[in-house]
Amino acid sequence: MIKICFIEHDGTEHVVEGEVGNSLMQTARDNLVRGIIGDCGGNCSCATCHGYVDPAWFDKLPPRSEEESVMLDGAMHLEQNSRLTCQIKVTEELDGLVIRLPISQI
Amino acid sequence: MAQPTVAIIGSGQAGLQVAASLRELRYEGRVVLIGDEPHAPYQRPPLSKGYLLGEVGPGQVTLRPAAFFSTQEIELITGKRAVAVDRVRRMVGLEDDSVVEYDHLVLATGARNRPLPVPGADLQNVFFLRTLDEAVLLRAKMAVAKNAVVIGAGFIGLEFAASARKQGLNVTVLDVADRPLARAVSKAMSAACSREHEKMGVRLLFETQVMRLLGEKGAVTGVETVDGRILDADLVVIGIGVIPNIELAATCDLTIEDGIVVDEFLQTCDPHISAIGDVAAYKSDRAHGRRVRLESVQNAVDQGRCVAGRIVGRPAAYQALPWFWSNQGHLHFQMTGLSSSDCEEALRGDPNSASFSVYLFREGRLVCVESLNRPADHMLARRLLNSCVAVEPAQAADANFDLKSLLAGGP
Repeated sequence: MIKICFIEHDGTEHVVEGEVGNSLMQTARDNLVRGIIGDCGGNCSCATCHGYVDPAWFDKLPPRSEEESVMLDGAMHLEQNSRLTCQIKVTEELDGLVIRLPISQI
Repeated sequence: MAQPTVAIIGSGQAGLQVAASLRELRYEGRVVLIGDEPHAPYQRPPLSKGYLLGEVGPGQVTLRPAAFFSTQEIELITGKRAVAVDRVRRMVGLEDDSVVEYDHLVLATGARNRPLPVPGADLQNVFFLRTLDEAVLLRAKMAVAKNAVVIGAGFIGLEFAASARKQGLNVTVLDVADRPLARAVSKAMSAACSREHEKMGVRLLFETQVMRLLGEKGAVTGVETVDGRILDADLVVIGIGVIPNIELAATCDLTIEDGIVVDEFLQTCDPHISAIGDVAAYKSDRAHGRRVRLESVQNAVDQGRCVAGRIVGRPAAYQALPWFWSNQGHLHFQMTGLSSSDCEEALRGDPNSASFSVYLFREGRLVCVESLNRPADHMLARRLLNSCVAVEPAQAADANFDLKSLLAGGP
């Protein structure tokens, strides 16, 4: 079982089960994690699934595509470890991953 | 009634969002989500792109896994049409004579394809593209077809055209208007759209009207235009817009004006009934107070959230900024705000390239931004429009002017 931990901006933790192949955005949304919206359905079109990857995990993820980078560039509350969670697929290796969520997506 | 109930008619993106948002907001009553399609709620946007190209399977378009409905105690009814609403007794009648009582009813009945009123439109291999079932049939035919004719150069038609070219079909798109996306985007964006589709190998015919579809043995073989041309076709896609599904609302005497009329809280003339999504017509400050009916995912989900908030006692006027996207081959088109034909245009980037934005101003105010392969412009435009800072057309047109600085320095 792959556990993914989403931490809302107010500190609320959601430890949820990830399914290989699904994106982190879907994983959050399917488990009603507040603070992840993902309106475009994972199309890298809305930047409402922004999250901060725990520094210990950041380098273990595949790098941002150019498209993700430009979308993120326009997002609010950007940090060094920002990612769009729709662009990251759940894999066995991501068991224990921690994602913190921004104060707002828009 | 044992406990308070919200009934939602229509299990598309808007209907599902109301149900999900109600649970997110800790609504404790019953939530009944009624859909007439046989499937659990799914996303429509991939149907004209990733799904047709085989990049997305039919199981991957679902909006939520099956377990979501049980764990969130959302009663999902699929494959049943709601046929009557009794506003006095607050009951919805379904086609199998079952009844759902409600305290609040949300109409999210969406829209249906506008039919093409010409002979031959009922031939085999003539498709619409709105539902998953339609996409399944279309995808199967695409695998064996050679010549596709698309009637209507709107978003759906052009998304299909790009997908069909990728699959190696010959594709002709025709439209009665003089440019693609004529009702939706600026002339500059239409021109780029035409040019880039031609680069993909799509043949475009404008100011061209269909006389009839030709067939042999019940299947389509061609399209005859009013000016006498015959285009070979073993596959035809019709994308000439939609008709809002207002019939149920009309039969129970709700006010209709293009769509179901709602106030700024998305409430119909009956305080126990709201309407959202493609079917709802609301007055938008962004359209000069004009009544608008928007067909987009953004509109569906934001209106769903707005109504769920009101139901749990957090009423707010609906003021979300409209935005939209369309992927057509190498074209990633994004738009935010609402434009009108009287807008002044400022171009950022080279309109002869496949990467530029059009900033549209009404009475000196920025009201809409269209972007082609410029997601950063789009994202910034959403912030500019949401913050209402003043933007000058000259600033928008000057690629060296940092529009972001307007936000940082704003009051």
